[in-house]
Parts: sequence; structure tokens; C-alpha cells
Amino acid sequence: MIKPIISFKDFSFQYEAQAEATLKHINLDIYPGEKVLVAGASGSGKSTLGRCLNGLIPQAYPGKFSGSCTVNGKPITESSIFDLSFDVGTVLQDPDSQFVGLTVVEDLAFSLENDCWSQAKMRQATQKWAARLQLKPLLQHAPQEISGGQKQRVAMAGVLIDESKILLFDEPLASLDPASGAASIQLIDQLTTSEELTVILIEHRIEEVLRGKIDRLVVLQDGQIVANGQPEEILRASLLQQLGLREPLYLNALKKSGVSLQSCTEIADVKHITAPQAKEKLEQWMTGTQLKQPVPKKEELLKIKNLTFSYAKDKPVINNLSLTIHKGEMVSLVGRNGTGKSTLSNLITGFLTPQQGTLTFSGKELEALSVKERAEQIGYILQNPNQMISKTTVFDEVASGLRLRGITAEIEDKTNAVLKVCGLYEMRHWPISALSFGQKKRVTIAAVLVLEPQMLILDEPTAGQDLQHYTEIMTFLENLNRKQQLTIILITHDCHLMLEYTERTIVLAGGRVIKDAAPAQILTDEEVIQRAALAKTSLFELADRFRLPSATEFVAKFIQAERKERADEQSISNRI
Amino acid sequence: MNSQFLIGYSPRKTFLHRLNGSTKLIGFVALSLIGMITYDTRFLAGIFLFSGILFYFSKISYQEIALVLKVIMAFAALNLIMVYVFAPGYGMTIYGTQHMLWGSPQHYFNLSWEEVFYIFNLFLKYTFAVPLALIFLLTTNPSEFAASLNRIGIPYRTSYAVEIALRYIPSVQRDYRTISLAQQARGYEISKKAKLRTRIIGSAQIILPLIFTSLDRIEVVSQAMELRRFGHNKKRTWYLAQPFALRDFLALATIAVIVIWGVVLFKINGGRFWNPFK
Repeated sequence: MIKPIISFKDFSFQYEAQAEATLKHINLDIYPGEKVLVAGASGSGKSTLGRCLNGLIPQAYPGKFSGSCTVNGKPITESSIFDLSFDVGTVLQDPDSQFVGLTVVEDLAFSLENDCWSQAKMRQATQKWAARLQLKPLLQHAPQEISGGQKQRVAMAGVLIDESKILLFDEPLASLDPASGAASIQLIDQLTTSEELTVILIEHRIEEVLRGKIDRLVVLQDGQIVANGQPEEILRASLLQQLGLREPLYLNALKKSGVSLQSCTEIADVKHITAPQAKEKLEQWMTGTQLKQPVPKKEELLKIKNLTFSYAKDKPVINNLSLTIHKGEMVSLVGRNGTGKSTLSNLITGFLTPQQGTLTFSGKELEALSVKERAEQIGYILQNPNQMISKTTVFDEVASGLRLRGITAEIEDKTNAVLKVCGLYEMRHWPISALSFGQKKRVTIAAVLVLEPQMLILDEPTAGQDLQHYTEIMTFLENLNRKQQLTIILITHDCHLMLEYTERTIVLAGGRVIKDAAPAQILTDEEVIQRAALAKTSLFELADRFRLPSATEFVAKFIQAERKERADEQSISNRI
Repeated sequence: MNSQFLIGYSPRKTFLHRLNGSTKLIGFVALSLIGMITYDTRFLAGIFLFSGILFYFSKISYQEIALVLKVIMAFAALNLIMVYVFAPGYGMTIYGTQHMLWGSPQHYFNLSWEEVFYIFNLFLKYTFAVPLALIFLLTTNPSEFAASLNRIGIPYRTSYAVEIALRYIPSVQRDYRTISLAQQARGYEISKKAKLRTRIIGSAQIILPLIFTSLDRIEVVSQAMELRRFGHNKKRTWYLAQPFALRDFLALATIAVIVIWGVVLFKINGGRFWNPFK
């Protein structure tokens, strides 16, 4: 009989600073060569489980524990981070922070340097792993010269170089664009086989991870294992949705058309899934669903005409770009990193001045307005709320925009009104440090809304958030959009977000708009997907799999049905 | 965009670039020390010329260092003026003679050849080390810094801090830019349009989020390093450390000769000062 390489037996753990145990009575065996996905909402204990494996618990995060946990035969309570580092290689969520060397090759050699290897042996090892992970041309590059996906490959090579047999990934998809994420999943697949690794992936984006082969899916909720088995079984039982996790979209679509998931075979693979009468049922559902024509919004709010901007001569980042945003629209702006998305928003907010072209905002030329004046019309919200918050309490933070503009009279009233809209009124005297990420995000939005802007630009508003927080933030934005007629531009990589919440997607490439259409059209256009580093939606693949007449139409109809359900649910919860 | 430092390494093919980082560091430290101690003008002029020649061979262009050079010169000039203002008669006290250029020894403000000579010595001391420091900084691959520091006896944990700082300065700069833009949009004015007081308050609003962002980063980085076994052993090796070559030994020997010559001069002069007035 094969012995498990990782074994939790009635294991519980409670952080020193916390009143309640984060992991409760965990029983889990992982066998050599297995590839396990550990999923769960934030706060479910999935990261804590990972920290047990690499020894950060109990060394860096002390606490109380009971039961036992062994990794490769070593009980974690008696092993140091140092001991475990030979067995478990950890790839952290943010590959930029994990990169400690000044160049790629130094980062690869980092752990070997710490083990006092000779330079000749280090050169051999770095060459070998650079070749296996296709890093050879990058060896002399500095971290700021390479992309997120490449940094993650460096991080992988940097731990694989120890020849450890267990590889732990902490949210590997969180900081990558969809295309790099898909490539990463594929690479992990490959390495699992070629290096005979045991792989543990901690991630809440189940659909994306399932594009690779997963042997086992473990779902955590409130510190307990609530599902543990082959992904097929769990998907078939439709457990994910019940547990508050995001079910793969294609399964959602199958359910909608009346296909029972229980009857599906190869359910984890959208390219090969089969179910009795699936094609017929999907086609029936499609013909039975009428696509409503969206009411086009006509009132021009922001008009960009022939905009050109470059940092260096003859290398325009924004190249003769024209674009009109209408009042009340919710738009997603997508494109590869470095394609000019941030530059464009900086031009709109006035941080940069264009070399050519004009920007008009509700009929007025923007050029004459300063950054501060533009901010009263157009709010700009960064991805990381910690980078925006500069006061210590919620009320002060939200009021600061008014105070800085010398408005003293109605500060109290105006701020309180905005706090109510944002659901922060009860917390107005709280210190900001006591808030969750989602609440902080709302504070930053409230701090901008208090100036009563007509338009918001948000940079990756939901990056790294689990389904519950994601829904919370997006529902909030959707309500602002609907009820206050606020125009919203979302800069994002998230295909779900584009599809589910925006009615129009603008794709940038090479400083131009290469496509401006409904998200369903964008995400079914292979050329655009490739040029913008997006990923095909599984709905598209499902349509392809069953040869549905029009993939775009199918996706559009599905999204329409989803939105309707969401709106209904909300109106019910509002009535209650 | 502009993620460059004020001054930075640029790879070129000169013998100074080929020298080991440790050799250059030892040379810089040793020559600076002896130069700080001695007031022998002949010796100071000698190493001033020596470092000037080395600087010429390093092929560092003036543009690369113009800003730093101007700043250093401004500070040196200010310092020399202050030295004169606070003690105009100090030169005469040191050298024990009174060759007046202007005024008389009875008045507070006067000028003697001794004072001029003393300030000239100070000028040489302030300036001779500048080319040496610039040579070390601009001809040594930053990846070699930490290894060099470690080799001359500084513990590797401390040495590596230098490398980590170099690694994360661009990231912190980027954070700073992002935060600064967001705060400006909120209405904090830090451009030249605003009054100084407003600008200082505005800048302070950037510091707080920057500190929090950086603290987050530090936590992740230190964990990442620990997970890869940093800090466990007493020693570590360096991927990019250069072994000492013949040229390094030759260079170190030259430095030793200069330093010993400086010490011998103390004996000959009977102290740190060379006195041409007696």
C-alpha cells in the first residue's frame, strides 16, 4: 500500500490572536503524485492549510493546535520552516514580492546560495531549470523587465531547483491575466507528470484550474472539509453552488437548459462533456429565449477624439484613439498589460497631457481643467485600497475630499448621505484598519463619490476577491450605475466580470481600440481574445462542443438570463 | 518608464569594471580613511591626482554623474565657507606662524596664508574620495555589492539588506507614483502651484499609504526568503561573487603601498600635518 505524503489527522489550529479555531478537525490524506485543488471562500481556512504544509505555521504564525499533521513523514509541530523547505516548495500569490534577486538567474540560485553550493554547481542547476521552464533568454533580466506570467515561472523554477517533490501554489491565478493564467495551469500540469510532483493548488477560481487535470478537489468552509473527492463527483452533485463557490459557467448553462448534471459524463472537461439530449435541450432553450435589444444610451458624456500620447518619441502608447462613452453606461476596458489602459485613464484624469487630440466631457473641453477640477467630474479608484486611504477613520477619509476643497458647510450631511449609499454609515467611526478588503474598497469609492462625480474609473475592482466579495462589490457598483445613473468604466482582466456586469467592452491593443462591442461578441472572437490576452469563455466552448448555431447568441442569451435572475433575487431581498 | 536610480551601474569594458567588487570597496575605504586622517598636502594632492586618473580610465561620462557632482560640490563649498566663518584663525593655530594676507591676527575676521592652506587641504580631502566612490558605484554590478560587503567581513544578513533595497527601490517608486496620483485626484495639491505648507501636507498624505503598502511587501518578502532557507546557515555563497584574480592582488598591493606611504609620512612630519611655513 502507498503511504500518504501529506496526512492530517483530526487536525485543528487556532491563531494566537483569534478567538476561534481556523481549521477544525481536518482529516486529509494526499498521496504521492496527486494533484489536489483546495478551494473555498476567503476565511474558509484554505490559506491556513497551506501554511501548515510549508511550516509558516507554527513558526511564523504561532497558535494552538491539536491532532497531527505530517509532511513526508515529518510532523509539522516538530519541523522548522527550514526542514520542510526541502520537501515543500511554495509559490506565493504575488510573484513580484517573491522575486528577491536582482536578476532572474540570481533569484533561481537564491536557495542554493543559502545552502552554500559552489558556483559551478549553481550554474549547472540554474541552466537546467531555466531550460525546463523556458527562462533561458530571460536569465539576465531584472524583475521589472518581465511579465507577471514570466515572474511566476521564475518563482516555480526557484523552488523546483531544490528538487522538492511537493509543490504548493497559493492562489496562482490571482495576479495573472487570463491568458497567462491558462498557460500557467498548463505548465503545472506538465511539470506534475514530468517531475513526478505532488501538487497542491489553493485557489477559488475552480473553473480555470479545472482546465488542467485535477485528481482531487477539496472544499473548505469555515475551517472544515465539506467536500473531498474527484472533481467530477463534486460537479455532478452541484455542490459548489451550494457551498457559495462559483460553478463553472458551462455547467450553469447546462442546468438552465434543463440538462441534469447527474447524467453528464466527462463533466470536468467542457471539450468532451456529454449528456443525453444535451444538444437538443440547449438548442431548445436557445430558441425559447428571446434576446432583448438593449436600449442604447445616446447622451454623450466623454468624447475622445484622435488622442495621441507617447513617453518616448515615435513610440505612441495611445495612437490616434477615438472613443465615446455615453451617460449611464457600464463599460469594461480590456487589453494586455502595457497596452495603454492605464495611460488612457491617466489622460482622462489629467495626470498626463496628450500630444494630440481632444477630450470633451459633457460638452466641455477637459484640457482647461486641472487634475483636481477633473476629479470632481471623474473619480478614479485604484486596485489596491491601501494605496488610496490616508486617514484613520471612515468618516474622515470620506470627508477629506470636501475638506480639501474648502467646503465646510454641509460636510456632515453630504458625507453621511454618501456613507448611507455605500452601506458604511454604521461604521462611520470605525478605524479603517478594522475593515475587510471589500469594505475598504467601498470606503475608497465613497471618498470619491462624495465629490458627486458623473463618471467612475475603477482599476481591477475585484482582483483577488472570492465570489461573495466579488458579488458584493459588483452589486454595489451595479446599483450605483442604475439608481444614480453613474457612468462606470472598469479596467479589468476578468472575463466573468465583463460578461456578467458590463454591457459594452472596449478592447485596446497597440494604443488603439481594436474592438468595441458587447462582451458576448468579444469573448467569442478568437483573434481579439488572443490579442488582448483574454481567455475563451467556457460557454463558447460549450456552444462549440454541441455545435450550436451561434456561439455569440448563445452566450448573450445566457448572460441575459443570468442578469434577470440576479435582478429578481435582488428585488426579492429588497422587499424582505 | 523611469525606474533608474540617481546613478547606476553601466557595463563597460575597462580594467576597473573587471576588478572584483571587494577590491574596489577595500580600495575606496582604505584610501578614504588614510585621506581623512592625513593633512599632508603632497600626499593628498597625490591621491587626488591618482583617483582623477582612475576616473578617466573608468570611461564614466560626465552626464551620468553631473547631478551628483554638482550636489557634492555645492555641499563642499558651503562647508568650506562655514569652516572659515566659524574659525578664521584656525590655520595659524595649527601651523604656529602668521603670514597675513588681509587684516591682523587681533581681529576676528582676517585671512592668512595658513588659513588658505588649511582650507585647501580640506578641499582636497573632500574631493579626492568622490571619484573613488563614483568608480565603485558605477563600475560594480549591483549584484556583486552584497557579495563584496560580505567578503570584507560584514555579516551576510546585513549585506543582503543592501541587495534587497536595490531590488525593491523601483517597486516602491512605482507605488509612490500611483499613490501620489490618486491623492492628487482627491484634491491634495503637491505641484508647484500650491504653497509650500499645502505641499508638505499633501506629501504627508502619500507617506502613510506608502508605509502601509511597503510594510505589506516586507512581510511577504521576508516569508519568501525564509521559505527558501535564507538566514539558517552561518554562511552562504553568492552566485555572482567573483574570485580574486591576479589583477585584484596587484590592485590591493598598490593600495597597500599608498596607505603605508601615508603612515610613513606621519613619522617624517612628526604628526598629521605637513608644515611648509617653518
